Amino acid sequence: MADFEVPVITNDYTVVPKLKIGTMAHSQPFIAKLEFQEPLGYPGELIDNWKEVVIDKLKEMSGKYRSLKVFLDSCIKCGACTDKCHYFLGTQDPKNMPVARQDLLRQVYRYYHTFAGRLFAKLGIPGFVGAKELTKEVIDDWYIYFHQCSQCRRCSVFCPIGIDTAEISMAAREILAQIGVGQKYCNQIIEKAGRIGNNLGLPEPALRDTLEGLEEEIEEDDGVAVKLPLDVKGADILLVTPSADFFAEPHVDGLMGYAKVFHEAGVSWTVSSYASEAANFGMFIGSYENMRTLSLRVRKAAIDLGVKRIVFGECGHAWRVAYSFLNTLAGPFDFLDQNYPIPQHICEFTYDMIEKGELKFDKSKNDDMTLTFHDSCNVARGSRMGDKPGGQFKIPRAVIKAACNNYVDMPSDTIGESTFCCGGGGGLLTDDLMELRVKGALPRATALTHVTKEYGVTHMAAICAICKSQFTKVLPYYGFTMDQIVSVHQLVSSAIILSDAPKDDDETNETDAA
Amino acid sequence: MSALSVFYTILFYTAATIFVVGLAYRISDYARTPAPLKIPTTPAPTTQAGVVFRLFTEVALFNSLFKATKWTWLFGWMFHLSLLLAFFRHLRYVLSPDSVFWPIINNWLVLFAGQYGGFLMLIGLAGLFGRRIFVDRVRYISAPSDYAMLILIFAIAATGMLMSFVNHTDIVQLKAFAFGLVTFNPQNLPEDILVLTHLALVASLMIIFPISKLLHAPGIFFSPTRNQVDNPREQRHIADWAKELEADRK
Repeated sequence: MADFEVPVITNDYTVVPKLKIGTMAHSQPFIAKLEFQEPLGYPGELIDNWKEVVIDKLKEMSGKYRSLKVFLDSCIKCGACTDKCHYFLGTQDPKNMPVARQDLLRQVYRYYHTFAGRLFAKLGIPGFVGAKELTKEVIDDWYIYFHQCSQCRRCSVFCPIGIDTAEISMAAREILAQIGVGQKYCNQIIEKAGRIGNNLGLPEPALRDTLEGLEEEIEEDDGVAVKLPLDVKGADILLVTPSADFFAEPHVDGLMGYAKVFHEAGVSWTVSSYASEAANFGMFIGSYENMRTLSLRVRKAAIDLGVKRIVFGECGHAWRVAYSFLNTLAGPFDFLDQNYPIPQHICEFTYDMIEKGELKFDKSKNDDMTLTFHDSCNVARGSRMGDKPGGQFKIPRAVIKAACNNYVDMPSDTIGESTFCCGGGGGLLTDDLMELRVKGALPRATALTHVTKEYGVTHMAAICAICKSQFTKVLPYYGFTMDQIVSVHQLVSSAIILSDAPKDDDETNETDAA
Repeated sequence: MSALSVFYTILFYTAATIFVVGLAYRISDYARTPAPLKIPTTPAPTTQAGVVFRLFTEVALFNSLFKATKWTWLFGWMFHLSLLLAFFRHLRYVLSPDSVFWPIINNWLVLFAGQYGGFLMLIGLAGLFGRRIFVDRVRYISAPSDYAMLILIFAIAATGMLMSFVNHTDIVQLKAFAFGLVTFNPQNLPEDILVLTHLALVASLMIIFPISKLLHAPGIFFSPTRNQVDNPREQRHIADWAKELEADRK
């Protein structure tokens, strides 16, 4: 099945593996060619004076990002993070320990930009204080190992100083792109989203076609004319959702779920072809400018369509950018209705409707499943839902439980703020990193195996396009099937009772007001 | 004054200057460097008061480290607690008996805790050192300076405790020296090897503080993942350099 060794799931998921040096030194994504670098403002190949540029960039960025400066100075090498990264747990490569990953960059920073590093370099023993001269080998290591970090922030939960490796990874990738060593997968997508409006490159006619097809599907199944509008001016709500929702399973079932919820709530809404992408890959490559350019598309779409609210679909890193950064990058949103959160998550929307008693469910429709929920890393540790800390854990579960009878959580140290990344986040969801993705999914697969054996869990719900795509692809390596991954709003879609549906006399529905 | 006393006086003024100026520079540098995005590790407090509480639990209890690894937490917390106790015990050298703080620091509890806290410090440091040697992951990430730092502090604690429990120094003369330093009225110091070693090592620690990982002490207060309020939707947060990018916007 694979040209590498798939890790074996042991029942004890708390075991920390021994180090095996260099197990992933061969893993790296395709480097972006000129055509994917230039549109983003980066040089097309490794520039001649890369060394000076890297050294200068390090200085410049540590002056623009307090996180970078403080994190590079403050690590005490206590080791708290060393067994927290899913890529380390799955690969045993010591350079996948968060602190060791950071040190790849920190050693260069210390050599050129700290007193201690410069002093000991002069004495000929820079290694004494963890400093190292910048060489091409170091750059290669950066490219290899900063593309083995999904920027999931799990390490930052456990760090006594709050050091977040994601910040270091982002900075490293930005510097690499600046010297002409960008990553093909991310840059290609950013270019497409910036030109066409979404990561898949679906133009307006294709999008319209898809949405009409979904309308027909819902009408066939439920007998109700649920609309999935596109570019409707004057709609109340602009839905911004990951473009995977437009075509792939199980994403598309989630999209039909959002449509049914909007339908039942009686609100007018629309998708925008101009901003038909929730995900913002600008974050993955650590580029404030690219992240901002993509975010401004959402602002422009909201203004052009004259909407009052913005709602984001199920997407993890997208929700982090939307929740935490959108106001910064593309705000202020003073032209929107201030009575609602800006932006709002689809789970928040659905949850509110459930709380108000406006949605009715037939939970038995999901009785063929016993569900568990995978907290997406960037929703869990980089955002919130609702008005209380931790709402990002409570609200999606409340939505699932409103639509399903059978629900079980995975072990507590693998969910909530301690959740494991799916293994494909942060711009790594590409086939050229398949080995990394499979191995990185080990901790989650282990926890899922645990609840499968103990509680008969049959399906895992997720609220992130990357998680869903990643799991459908890699969980089969661990003995699961693709369709065991479901969208949260897919469950909603199955169980929701549309009030204008034709009465079905043969069946006595067990309704639940939730 | 003896030549040695002059040397130590100069050493301490130099070390103190480097410590204070270096640290002040670092702190102002951290404070002036913008944090362009809201990146608290969530769930995070939604109010400023909540952030103060979060930082308090981090600084006083090492909350995150406790979640991470109980052994490192135990040794690390023990060590830092005993550092605080030793600090209070040492205040008697630089405070005047007329000071309003004198009764607070010159009592049985503070002096006892400060003295016997030394054992906690040695155990804590030994534990941290042991982890660096015996846990393969921690060994991999340790540079020589990481061991050296632990040895340095261990030596400071050990020489201090030797004076406290085994070989008492001329405490009156030592107080005169220390009090003389802080009142800018230099005095002779007792010239025995334990005092001289202890003080030289302390001065070295002060000198390397602003140029080493000891910067984690101010660093944690400036760590955006810990000190930011979780309110990005309610309040727009924007750095000056990012604002300049908005010139292209209407």
